[in-house]
Amino acid sequence: MAERDGGDIYREFAKGLWKENPVFVQVLGMCPMLAVTNSAINAVAMAAATMFVLVGSSFLVSLLRKVIPKQVRISTYIIIIATFVTLADFTLQALSPSVHKELGAFIALIVVNCLILGRQEAFASRNGVLLSVLDALGMSFGFAIALLCLGSLREILGSGSIFGFSLCGPHFEPWVVMILPPGGFFMLGAILLFFGWWKEMKAKRRDSVTGRVA
Amino acid sequence: MNNLAWIFISSLLVNNFTLAYFLGLCPFFGVSGRLVTAFRLGLANIFVMVITSLCAWALNTFVLVHAPYLRLISFIVVIASTVQFVEMVIKKLYPALFRALGIFLPLITTNCAILGLALFQTSRGYGLVEGLVFALGGGGGLTLALVLMAGLREDAELSDIPSMIRGTAMNLMIAGILSMAFMGFAGLFSSS
Repeated sequence: MAERDGGDIYREFAKGLWKENPVFVQVLGMCPMLAVTNSAINAVAMAAATMFVLVGSSFLVSLLRKVIPKQVRISTYIIIIATFVTLADFTLQALSPSVHKELGAFIALIVVNCLILGRQEAFASRNGVLLSVLDALGMSFGFAIALLCLGSLREILGSGSIFGFSLCGPHFEPWVVMILPPGGFFMLGAILLFFGWWKEMKAKRRDSVTGRVA
Repeated sequence: MNNLAWIFISSLLVNNFTLAYFLGLCPFFGVSGRLVTAFRLGLANIFVMVITSLCAWALNTFVLVHAPYLRLISFIVVIASTVQFVEMVIKKLYPALFRALGIFLPLITTNCAILGLALFQTSRGYGLVEGLVFALGGGGGLTLALVLMAGLREDAELSDIPSMIRGTAMNLMIAGILSMAFMGFAGLFSSS
């Protein structure tokens, strides 16, 4: 820990936001991603619940990483995650029953979000408490950005509003398919396509620059 | 009887787990490269789902009445042990299939479709028989979606597609079109 400077710590946090964004780059955690992003407010609730679970379980797993036997580690992680999800489920039910009803089983299904188990296995089980919590924070902010991006785009196109406020006036003809299941696939596909195009453009530009220098 | 048929058709086509509820997307995109493998993974999923449905019913009826807050934890433990069991059986009987499925076999544990099945079954209050029919329909729907996707992707391998679209973006577009096609089944029961 001693040799790590501020920059390192910052990097563990920032990598989840963009360079290793869990959704756009690693394509993890797609099930809740597509299922709840038909409106921006659902996306926010989902992102908050996921953040709570991810940070809590990363903290506990990294704290216990020397105690947990290697053979049963996956089951232990799952049980830790399930405990936090149960907490999040009941908390959301108490705070906002209407959002809880809309999200339905998908809050409970955070247990099987591959993103969370993946971070425990890949990071929290090998690193200290501070770094693991930072990594979890970064990843869940990255997840939140992706959810919000998808959720607001789908809400704007599908019902012409954002967070329930109407944007386009009464004459707007909503593009209903966007808030229905196929819209989720199309929108995420389009976003990934954009990222692919952007990466290709960048590579091309770099090639042309290095070509000129040589 | 009519009710059971409705549950089956609804979970198989109208409310298809993968294409309408977005459950089980990881294997849907991960293992749908080859038709045969996809079909067998679907069968393994159906098996796990049927067992899970039985266990969920037993837990709901006998145990969780006294401790409903343990529902999530007990479901996931049951699913994990079932998957472990299926993994051992497949490894013993079909080693080739075991290698082909690779990491996606243990990952059935974190397949949301399985846990989703147990949770939906609970929240809709299905009994033993209804739960089993629901599991068969849901598993069948999952297999159907996997096989359709694998068939389309095998064809897409051979066609001339820009390199930028290849990969996840293309698969998502295919899934979107499939999902739109399945929405057509929604009118199936409204007239009767």
